[in-house]
Amino acid sequence: MEMAVDKTQFHVLAVDDSLIDRKLIERLLKTSSFQVTVVDSGSKALEFLGLNDDEHEQRDSNSDEDQDHQDLGVNLIITDYCMPGMTGYDLLKRIKKSSCFRDIPVVIMSSENIPSRINRCLEDGAEEFLLKPVQLSDVNKLRPHLMKARSNERLFDQH
Amino acid sequence: MDLVQLQRQLVDYRTSLYHEGFLDEQFTQLQELQDENNPDFVVEVVSLYFEDSERLLNELSKALEQQIIDFKRIDAHVHQLKGSSSSIGAQRVQKLCIVFRNYCEAQNVEGCLKCLQQVKHEYSIVKTKLESMFQLERQILNAGGSVPV
Repeated sequence: MEMAVDKTQFHVLAVDDSLIDRKLIERLLKTSSFQVTVVDSGSKALEFLGLNDDEHEQRDSNSDEDQDHQDLGVNLIITDYCMPGMTGYDLLKRIKKSSCFRDIPVVIMSSENIPSRINRCLEDGAEEFLLKPVQLSDVNKLRPHLMKARSNERLFDQH
Repeated sequence: MDLVQLQRQLVDYRTSLYHEGFLDEQFTQLQELQDENNPDFVVEVVSLYFEDSERLLNELSKALEQQIIDFKRIDAHVHQLKGSSSSIGAQRVQKLCIVFRNYCEAQNVEGCLKCLQQVKHEYSIVKTKLESMFQLERQILNAGGSVPV
């Protein structure tokens, strides 16, 4: 299948309450040629996406017509699990509830290797669960998820 | 000391930090993320680590001086310190944080106080060592050389 000529840069939204880890994830992502936006909380992430913290979405959720969300061009969300207030898991659930954003791959990072936590995240829609400290090799694992999401987008995009 | 000697001294010093367990593989990862476009990345991250750690150690001291000890709060601080130590490869500090968290879970004040002293001690050692290493790097750069990887 011929792919239309498109910008190959992917935009990743990274969420972490730790300043050091934010700096690290930003550098890791930029080194891998991703465009990056970094925020320090789940609520800031939702704000960036244009979603409310609560159950209702700010805009009309007719995703084929509403291009405003797509213009943000967030192709992947990578979030820390342990954050005060909204955890990475809470953020995952919120994203998966949203008709506009539920197809964006979400990756969770955690410093703690807790199988039940990992399984729960994966079962509830996370694409990957990465153990901290995150390495360059982990970030390289993200690209296939982004390529798949993009080709799915094209599959359904008849314009 | 000439340039070659400085470079050799740096490599030896760095190697010793790994051998003695002050630094682990994660520090190497940080160095690999540094390049001509981000020449100060390691120093920047480590400086953030120093600031953040000092803040956390102060909070921990205060928390352990209270009449009523809030172990949850202490554990949260230690968790943060463990995380950031792990992120920059400060292995000894990270390992002590694990022990510290166990004492928090057991609500053992004496254990926590002892751990805090040990963490402060290890932290100040690794800080001194990293600062010495950065100083060596600066000397090399000032002498017109490049820092060996």
